[in-house]
Amino acid sequence: MEHEKPHMGDLETSLKTHARDLLDSLERGNFGDAVQVIHDLNKARDQGLYFEVGKLTRELHNSIVNFQIDLHGSHAEEVSQISDATERLNYVVRMTEKAANRTMDLVEESAPLVNDLSSESRSLGADWARFMRREVGADEFRELAKRIELFLERSERDSGKLSGHLNDILLAQDFQDLTGQVIKRVTSLVTEVERNLVKLVCMASQIDRYTGIQHDHDALRAEQEQQKEPTRGEGPQIHADKRDDVVSGQVDVDDLLSSLGF
Amino acid sequence: MKILIVDDFSTMRRIIKNLLRDLGFTNTAEADDGVTALPMLQSGSFDFLVTDWNMPGMTGIDLLRAVRADERLKQLPVLMVTAEAKRDQIIEAAQAGVNGYVVKPFTAQVLKEKIDKIFERVNG
Repeated sequence: MEHEKPHMGDLETSLKTHARDLLDSLERGNFGDAVQVIHDLNKARDQGLYFEVGKLTRELHNSIVNFQIDLHGSHAEEVSQISDATERLNYVVRMTEKAANRTMDLVEESAPLVNDLSSESRSLGADWARFMRREVGADEFRELAKRIELFLERSERDSGKLSGHLNDILLAQDFQDLTGQVIKRVTSLVTEVERNLVKLVCMASQIDRYTGIQHDHDALRAEQEQQKEPTRGEGPQIHADKRDDVVSGQVDVDDLLSSLGF
Repeated sequence: MKILIVDDFSTMRRIIKNLLRDLGFTNTAEADDGVTALPMLQSGSFDFLVTDWNMPGMTGIDLLRAVRADERLKQLPVLMVTAEAKRDQIIEAAQAGVNGYVVKPFTAQVLKEKIDKIFERVNG
C-alpha cells in the first residue's frame, strides 16, 4: 500500500496548512477569508474522496478481471475460476473415493485367499505330524498325499492372485499424483483471491478514513461468532501439534478422558 | 451382537465394517447421518453404535444426545470415531455420555482396544 501514502500525506499537509490559514484569518477578524478557507478545506476533502472512490472502482474492476469472472458468458455456472476450482475439488473427492473403494475391493478379495491358505496349511501340518509319528495308515496316507498335491497347486494359483492384487493396490494409489496437481492449482488460486481481497479491503479502509466512517469490529466479530454452530464439527485439525486446545492423538484423548474419570 | 455404523463417507463406513468383521462382529448395518440412524436404532435391535461427529443433517453429537434422551436407547453403548480433536469437543462428548472416543486417523488396534474396554464395562 506504499504508493498511497504520499497522497494521504498530501491531504494531511493540505488540511494542516488550511487549518493554520483558518486560524490566522479568524484571529485577524477576516471572516470572508475564513469562509473561503473552509470552502477550500471541503474541496480538498471531497477531491481526496473522489480520488479514492475512483481508485477503488478501478481496483474493483481489476480484481474482477483478475478473478476472470466472465459476466457475459453463456454458461451461468461457469462464470469464475472459483466454480472451476469447486469442480476440481469435486474431482479430487471422486478420485480419492474411487481409489479407496478399489483398494478395499482388492483387500476384501485377498483376505479369504490368505485365510484359506493359512487354515489348510495348519490342517495339513497336523496330519503331516501324525504321519511323521507313523500314526497314519496306507489308505489315509494316499488321501493325505492327494490333499498335499491339491494344496501345492492352490498355493501357487492363489499366491499368483495375491501378488496381482498387491500390484493393483499399488496402482490404485496413482490418484495421489493427479489430485496433488489439482490441489496445488486450487491452492494457488485461493492465494491469489486472498491477495486481491486484501487489496480491496485496504482500498475500502482508505475511503473509511476520508469519510470518517467507523466500524464496530468487536460487534461484527461477535456476530460472526454467534453464527457458528457449536455442535457442527470442525473437521481434521491441521496444526494439532501447535495448538493447546487440540489433542495430538489417541494417547492425548485417552489421557483427557481418564482425567475426567473414564 | 448387532452394530450400527454411522458416517457420511461410505469409504470410512466400509473401513470400520471390515475392521469390525476382523474382530468377529459380522452383523452390521450402516447409516450416513443421525437423521437416518435414529429411526434405525429405534426400530432395530442394535447392541452397539459407532458414529462419526461431523455429518450433514444430524451430527454425531446430536445423535448421541438423542440416544441418551430416548428411554429405550439410553443404555446403548456409543463409540465415537471422528476427526474432531478439540479438547472441548471431547469433554462435550464425555458429558453427553459417550462410552469411547477414537480420533481419526486410527489403527485397528486402537479400535479393538476401545471396543473391548466398552464391553468389559457393559458386562462387568
